[in-house]
Amino acid sequence: MASTETGTKEDSGSIEAGLDALESQVAGRPPFRQTFREKILPPIIAIAVVLVVWQGLISLKIVDDPTKLPSPGAVWAEVEDAWLKGTLLDYIWTSVSRGLFGFALALLIGTPLGLIVARVKFVRAAIGPILSGLQSLPSVAWVPAAVIWLGLRPEMMYAVILLGAVPSIANGLVSGVDQVPPLFLRAGRTLGATGFQGIRHIVMPAALPGYVAGLKQGWAFSWRSLMAAEIIAKAPDLGVGLGQLLEVGRTNSSMATVFLAILLILFVGIAIDLLIFSPLERWVLRSRGLLVKS
Amino acid sequence: MATTFAKAADDTVAVTHAARIEHVSKSFAGPAGQQLVLDDITIDVAPGEFVTLLGASGCGKSTLLNLVAGLDKPTAGAITTDGRPALMFQEHALFPWLTAGKNIELALKLRGVPKNERRDKADALLELVRLKGAYGKRVHELSGGMRQRVALARALAQESKLLLMDEPFAALDAITRDVLHDELTRLWEETGLSVLFVTHNVREAVRLAQRVILLSSRPGRIAREWTVDIPQPRRIEDAPVAELSVEITEVLRGEIRRHGQH
Repeated sequence: MASTETGTKEDSGSIEAGLDALESQVAGRPPFRQTFREKILPPIIAIAVVLVVWQGLISLKIVDDPTKLPSPGAVWAEVEDAWLKGTLLDYIWTSVSRGLFGFALALLIGTPLGLIVARVKFVRAAIGPILSGLQSLPSVAWVPAAVIWLGLRPEMMYAVILLGAVPSIANGLVSGVDQVPPLFLRAGRTLGATGFQGIRHIVMPAALPGYVAGLKQGWAFSWRSLMAAEIIAKAPDLGVGLGQLLEVGRTNSSMATVFLAILLILFVGIAIDLLIFSPLERWVLRSRGLLVKS
Repeated sequence: MATTFAKAADDTVAVTHAARIEHVSKSFAGPAGQQLVLDDITIDVAPGEFVTLLGASGCGKSTLLNLVAGLDKPTAGAITTDGRPALMFQEHALFPWLTAGKNIELALKLRGVPKNERRDKADALLELVRLKGAYGKRVHELSGGMRQRVALARALAQESKLLLMDEPFAALDAITRDVLHDELTRLWEETGLSVLFVTHNVREAVRLAQRVILLSSRPGRIAREWTVDIPQPRRIEDAPVAELSVEITEVLRGEIRRHGQH
């Protein structure tokens, strides 16, 4: 009997090991060449095509008015000039520091707000619809009111950023919490994660994908709101951010400056997304096996 | 009218029963008024006993497990368990944001195990389910059978005296299921746990249990009970297992047939 017993045990153990080996997939990162060919090369080609078409419009005299369309060379000269004067990084830093600080504030307010709306039925019924409605209100609409309330001061810009970003962040968290599978909540409860423990160990991590999507959108809204506020807010002690640079270009009728400002605004928006939010989102999804490798 | 998780100090209950389900009924509000799902169920699970609850759809077996786990309250009757039971589901219910090892450590943490002991305990539990080296694996990197073994290790991490299992192997292929039956039997013998195991698979019930309880459907009532005295380790294809399974299946079929006749 004893020998049969050990026999069976070892037998099932080795079958188990075999099954484990058969059913586990070996995942690896694709080689750099493949990443380059599939992910890096296409946008470079797209940018090159845009530049060629742009230069073509000028060289072939299809658009022959530098006040309407400056040449790529003229815009580059503008970049170089601002760099040599040392103002280029000032423009960028003025706006980026404001944007990030405002976004951090929005994060501090939007996160608890979203959690309360998601978990407290009364609050949800009371302000849930308003919160989603606010998302579709362009935050530019708040600029005149904010100027009247707070004057042409940095606070006014932060107010506009908050009004743009807080609803996105809160709503992202609400939909993240709504999508938490009930099974996780039950499993959490049987493990003893109730009340605050449940929120910390089960609800928040389970809602992370929705939350990160909300953060990404919140940043986009912050940045847009800030640009709108900066165009309008002109005061000596505010400094010149990218939005104000746009306005300076317009008042000086310098299309090259306007183009410079537009390109910088675009560049910063893309850079923050590529450096912060996209990696964050990919990490969250990949670690859960939700990102299908193409 | 509620599930009571008796404290270890309450040794009058602790010594004689891992779980005591007394005259428990449960009804839910349905489209046709109150619908009775469980009707006067009384089951005692002795310490170290392995009991399977067997029944067709609609017998309320999962409802009963939820009541014992304290996830829901009975409409009538009382349930007492020796401490908070651990529960395993048909889906592995592992948290995908944690690695296999961290899933187990979370269970340890919520039980109050100090931080510096958790890693060692998690490793030991993984070794117990023969998944040494899977500590850093993400849930999606594991096969179905491996996930259920990690889920089992996580349930064991609770160090409950009673393990509730809600069709935990139903979604697995036959070979994996056989292996997990061996595994569960081995762990049950090693740990001295009491197990209340719900299934609709008659052979699985007979393969695993010391006692098989058949529930009738709509409402769930205890229809019959069998003591299985075939020595372990059993195999699902053993002749005595098959014989008893045929007998139980006949009774189960009779129960199901009644519903077609009105």
